[in-house]
Amino acid sequence: MYDILIIGGGVIGCFIARELAKYQAKIILLEKNNDVCSETSNANSAIIHSGYDPLPNTLKARLNVLSNPLFDQVCKDLDVSFIRNGSLTIALNEEEVETLYELKERAKVNGVEVEILDKEEVLKREPNLSDKVLKALYAPTCAIINPFELTIGLMENAMDNGVELALNSKVVAIAYKDNYFTVTCENNKTYQTKTIINAAGVYADEVAALINDTSFKIKARKGSYFVLDHFDNNFVKHTLFRVPTSKGKGVVITPTTHYNYLIGPSSDFIDAKDDTSTEKEVLDAVKERANSIIEKIPYNQVIRTFSGLRAVSNTDDFIIDYSIVNKQFINVAGIQSPGLAASCGIANMVRDLVLKLHPYEMNPKFNPKRRKMIKLSRMSLEERNNLIKENPTFGRIVCRCEKVSEGEIIDCIRRNAGANSVKGVKKRVRPGFGKCQGTFCQPHVVKILARELNIKEHEVVYDNLGSYLIKYQTKLGEKSED
Amino acid sequence: MKTNYDLVVIGGGSAGLAAAISAYDHGIKDILLLEAEAHLGGILLQCIHNGFGLHEFKEQLTGPEYAERFANQLIERKIEYKTDTLVLEIKEDKTVIYSNKEDGLVEVKAQAIILATGCLERTRGAINTPGDRPSGVITAGLAQKYLNIDGYLVGKRVFILGSGDIGLIMARRMTLEGAKVLGVAEIMPYSNGLNRNIVQCLHDFNIPLYLSHTVTNIIGKDKLEKVVIAKVDENFNPIKGTEKEFQVDTLLLSVGLIPLNGLLDKVNVPTHPRTRGALVSQNLETMKEGIFSCGNVLHVHDLVDFVTKEGRKAGYGAATYLKGKMHKKGRRIITRNKSGVSYVVPYYIDVENILDNLVELNFRVTKPFEKTRLIVKLDDKEIKNIFKLHMLPSEMESVLIEKEILMNSNAKEITLEIKEG
Repeated sequence: MYDILIIGGGVIGCFIARELAKYQAKIILLEKNNDVCSETSNANSAIIHSGYDPLPNTLKARLNVLSNPLFDQVCKDLDVSFIRNGSLTIALNEEEVETLYELKERAKVNGVEVEILDKEEVLKREPNLSDKVLKALYAPTCAIINPFELTIGLMENAMDNGVELALNSKVVAIAYKDNYFTVTCENNKTYQTKTIINAAGVYADEVAALINDTSFKIKARKGSYFVLDHFDNNFVKHTLFRVPTSKGKGVVITPTTHYNYLIGPSSDFIDAKDDTSTEKEVLDAVKERANSIIEKIPYNQVIRTFSGLRAVSNTDDFIIDYSIVNKQFINVAGIQSPGLAASCGIANMVRDLVLKLHPYEMNPKFNPKRRKMIKLSRMSLEERNNLIKENPTFGRIVCRCEKVSEGEIIDCIRRNAGANSVKGVKKRVRPGFGKCQGTFCQPHVVKILARELNIKEHEVVYDNLGSYLIKYQTKLGEKSED
Repeated sequence: MKTNYDLVVIGGGSAGLAAAISAYDHGIKDILLLEAEAHLGGILLQCIHNGFGLHEFKEQLTGPEYAERFANQLIERKIEYKTDTLVLEIKEDKTVIYSNKEDGLVEVKAQAIILATGCLERTRGAINTPGDRPSGVITAGLAQKYLNIDGYLVGKRVFILGSGDIGLIMARRMTLEGAKVLGVAEIMPYSNGLNRNIVQCLHDFNIPLYLSHTVTNIIGKDKLEKVVIAKVDENFNPIKGTEKEFQVDTLLLSVGLIPLNGLLDKVNVPTHPRTRGALVSQNLETMKEGIFSCGNVLHVHDLVDFVTKEGRKAGYGAATYLKGKMHKKGRRIITRNKSGVSYVVPYYIDVENILDNLVELNFRVTKPFEKTRLIVKLDDKEIKNIFKLHMLPSEMESVLIEKEILMNSNAKEITLEIKEG
């Protein structure tokens, strides 16, 4: 019997798991995919917004503003890449300038520090911006984060502190009897729990419906992006927004914590909640909008395009509350933008809801820090050589583009919530994130995964179960079957 | 550990091997060659088909056989080399930083550097193919490595995007391993591969080639299920209503190669917008004195024999530089591509340092030509007018210019163009 069962291993579920790990409760997190951070948390703008944008008095505004300053400590504890680069919201015409002043007022109500900069100052800070820029709203507290490192780091730290994780565990039924739930997964495993936290992202309404809670609906809104290689660390330093319209934040051009550049997203409601395909027309429209703020975007540096889904509730605000059907079931739904930026506050809010039900004692052994990641890129020559002497796998660079060593890959597999797929390795330590998109390193990563997981090379998957890379053997005389 | 060398060669494939051997034979003995993979030979090791060495040895070798001959020459000369060793950085002062398991992270100081790091395959991201992101979409070269080196077949029902040579070779190779190759789509109205590969790899196996077609959708949740292709118009936009669907588990991409010259980023060496390789002289010296570039990292070749030849030239250039026999740089003649020519390598002729009696200019044409003339001009003066029966974009062309003509001219530019009719 678990005290708490969390459904969904995105940033919200993982953050809640880690927050509740601070208490003496028996906790498990169920994730339907083969890894945490596999859906919305895996495909977004990777921004910790300052919080000037959401309408005042919404949960979005309150939790975003409350969360923003908390990330410095969280990222330090979990060793997550995080840079406070500040954002510039760009106005290109008089009407947009007016909107900037409205946003400035809104920022004041939300309690967010902003400043309107004139053209000269804006261009001084971002020389590659279009000459057509008139003014910009500068928000110094806006930051960029590595959402994979954050989500995975949260889960790893939660597990370090006793939380259990079950992957490939899609919840298909929930029964309630004698004050506890029985949760059944597609793989026929069942779990008993006193409390459920529904953090199932775009599927949160479907999960709530399993206990006949149909009080809200989630629609998926798709956002498509371009990813550029890290060709020039100074191409864009701030996170740049075009002044928002009714369609949301409009286009974003932002550096990532590894100096790639993200350009996107589009914003379209879709019917199928697993449709993360990209379309040419949509990306062309993103391009056009992006070109309005920077005319000379080097699209020959594009190394990937992707789409992510946002969970939009029918209230258009976050839904964080006990279910109207059963108080032991807490919905954390409709976590669209600024969900990542508000995730810290969301976890705190859910914690308070849980503690109101069950005042669990603090866990005296809770350690907020995960073991530091081994990142060769931040070591001195001497430190690296000492490490290589101790463990030569750190001398063998497997990923040529991102310069990742075999040792770093092994380490990310061996940790709690460790990588078990090629994409899992990519999300954690970056091989496959570069210009070659894994063309050089993938066979090496497959070999390392097979060795570490004690499976055959052809059993290694790209991402989810079934996503085989090299299904058929040709040289060993034994054939793998369809 | 030795941390000073006259010459550091980066890359142990066909270009790097030829460059190191040639530098040695021209009197430079203090050489270190660094190779990223476990064995010398580079991409040749996975090219187990034959057809290599027709120019070099007048016989047909497989890739590994061709590589072995040069690897043996390197070893016979006792040239120092390290495998499983990745170069992380080249600095302006010709410091080379490499890493491996045995030595750790090491800085070596070189007097000259030859960059021979080859190229990488363009990926789905580089061409923005729309659709889902399942496994089973893979570059042809990676599928080739899995099959020929590791012994794994990536799938059994295959479609191929792009008619580059690796894609064509893999169409045949996967067919021979029992896979069904349903077709090859090429966005251009002509093939991008060598003619002999079209015949021997597609026609001989009844694999259809869809010219002026591209992949417009990729469908599959975790594993590839289906690709959709469509005919394109003259602006390469898909034409509605011409879609065809193929149920496949594998989409191979053979859509071009890009020089792998990230190491030049910190050395401030300008690159060519078309080839994306460094700008070099006829001695294959980049704009940074003492740093040379050859093989596919300079521009993508279609035959390994030509890579070997270019590697030798870089070795000779580096040896001449190291012996202090290069003259101070003086007049330059810049090469220009005009109508019908997409690029010319080298970028310029270093007139004070023409080491042979002939200067070879390599170029590619922009589209297939038949019965045309190649015109070479020094400024406005025509110096060559050569009849060409066939020229294809997939086949590198070359023209030789006499040293004497170049020495006796005051021209600033040398221009290559194709005249039809």
